[in-house]
Amino acid sequence: MNHKLELRNVMRVFNSEEGVIKALEDINLNVKPTEFLCIIGPSGCGKTTLLRMIAGLDQPSSGEIVLDGKEVKEPSPDRGMVFQEFSLFPWRTVIKNVTFGLETQGRDKEEQYRIATEYIELVGLKGFENCYPYELSGGMKQRVAIARALATEPAILLMDEPFGSVDAQTRNVLQEELLEIWKRTKKTVLFVTHSVDEAVYLADRVAVMSSRPGRVVDCMDVTIARPRKRTSIEANEIREMLLMRLGLEYQKIR
Amino acid sequence: MGKNKLLYFSNGRGAIEVISLCAAIIIWEIVADFIIRDPVKLPSAYAVFLSFYELWKIIPGDICISLLHFGIGLGAGAAVGITIGMLMGWFRIADRVLDPMVEILRPIPPLAWVPFAILWGGLTHYAAGFIVFIGAFFPILINTYTGFREVDKTYIDAAKVLGCKEERKLIKSVAFPFSLPYIATGIRIGMGVGWMCVVAAEMFGVSKSGLGYRLFQVFWPLHMIDKLVAYMIILGLVALFLDRLFRHFVEEKLFKWKKGIVIQK
Repeated sequence: MNHKLELRNVMRVFNSEEGVIKALEDINLNVKPTEFLCIIGPSGCGKTTLLRMIAGLDQPSSGEIVLDGKEVKEPSPDRGMVFQEFSLFPWRTVIKNVTFGLETQGRDKEEQYRIATEYIELVGLKGFENCYPYELSGGMKQRVAIARALATEPAILLMDEPFGSVDAQTRNVLQEELLEIWKRTKKTVLFVTHSVDEAVYLADRVAVMSSRPGRVVDCMDVTIARPRKRTSIEANEIREMLLMRLGLEYQKIR
Repeated sequence: MGKNKLLYFSNGRGAIEVISLCAAIIIWEIVADFIIRDPVKLPSAYAVFLSFYELWKIIPGDICISLLHFGIGLGAGAAVGITIGMLMGWFRIADRVLDPMVEILRPIPPLAWVPFAILWGGLTHYAAGFIVFIGAFFPILINTYTGFREVDKTYIDAAKVLGCKEERKLIKSVAFPFSLPYIATGIRIGMGVGWMCVVAAEMFGVSKSGLGYRLFQVFWPLHMIDKLVAYMIILGLVALFLDRLFRHFVEEKLFKWKKGIVIQK
């Protein structure tokens, strides 16, 4: 079986004043090409740390992270990331945010604008190219962030609770749009969330993490046909199972 | 009708301000002419107005000289202040190496440097510029430093993930643009302090020309108080003009993205 991304015995410890804290322990996870994988887990279980390590912003204490057969050592545009907080550069317009990665690669201006325009259209923000981030709503900002992450054509898209700070309605819309983008671009997506509903609606497969030290304790396939209905019986059944599984982990924290 | 007209006028743009200013001048005139009655203690508004007319030939030259001193000092202050502020804000080691010196030198009033300005520069424009430099340097340094310190880690991470990894590129593409409003604030404060320093440096004889020199070394010894007041007003107006000019060209044009924070509308 060919894997897009492989995590092999990944461990991460932090040295703090109270001694060594194990944040992640023995993470083994394989992601297939074009798969939509959601990671859920109790807060503080190291989901974000895991994603940051895959992005190359943090290094595992031991173990390996392998993308397309190459070990991940540092950040690179072959892994696009959408952050939980609003991370758009406020001093740049929408289009200049999207061209940022392309500028870094030294592509010529015309090409930058062509590609950026394409992705801005993809996320449905045509006409907002010259707006500054402060002029956009939370949902629109995250759409720009998605366009910016996609513009350098990464092999995998890492998303760290990207819709955590938008309202419920906008969130539903953004989820649908993300699925549409995923279908069109055929990207591999690794999506961290704390919402079981979100995971069940989006994912091909859901990985459940334990409370600290974080481990992958369960992997559940979500085989519901797409387009999915949020309120279907199958969705509810999977949701029930995941909630129970997650509930066990929350009990351990208490 | 008459009442409405008056109301309309008093609500008009700038009307209240103009009336208030005129009233102040009239009160000044009355106080000077009928209460103080001593042009050496308080020259009348009219006398000051006349001195503007008498001095019109030397005013532009003096303003230019003072602006030259100001320009030298502010330019050097911005160049050195921004550079060191960036280094200290970005590199922890630069911060630790330079901070003790900055903290010890910073509280020294710029005027305490006057003897050194004269020793090192003689009575040249550069000596006066040096005092302005001391005054403008620290606010620019501190603000640039603060800006670089406040750079959100998320922006740095986002840039790194997009392939912008080298320190130089991160400074150029993320930290510097992020800090520009802070730097602009630093320059604006530096301009205010610098202008005080111009006048003071010229007064204390670091220069043989300029607004401050004329005011303190010529008009004051000769007790030309009306001319002295005229120069005081010019000092205020030039500073006001410089500040407005800066805000117009720098803040409003450059920081569209920080609306509501830098531009008060």
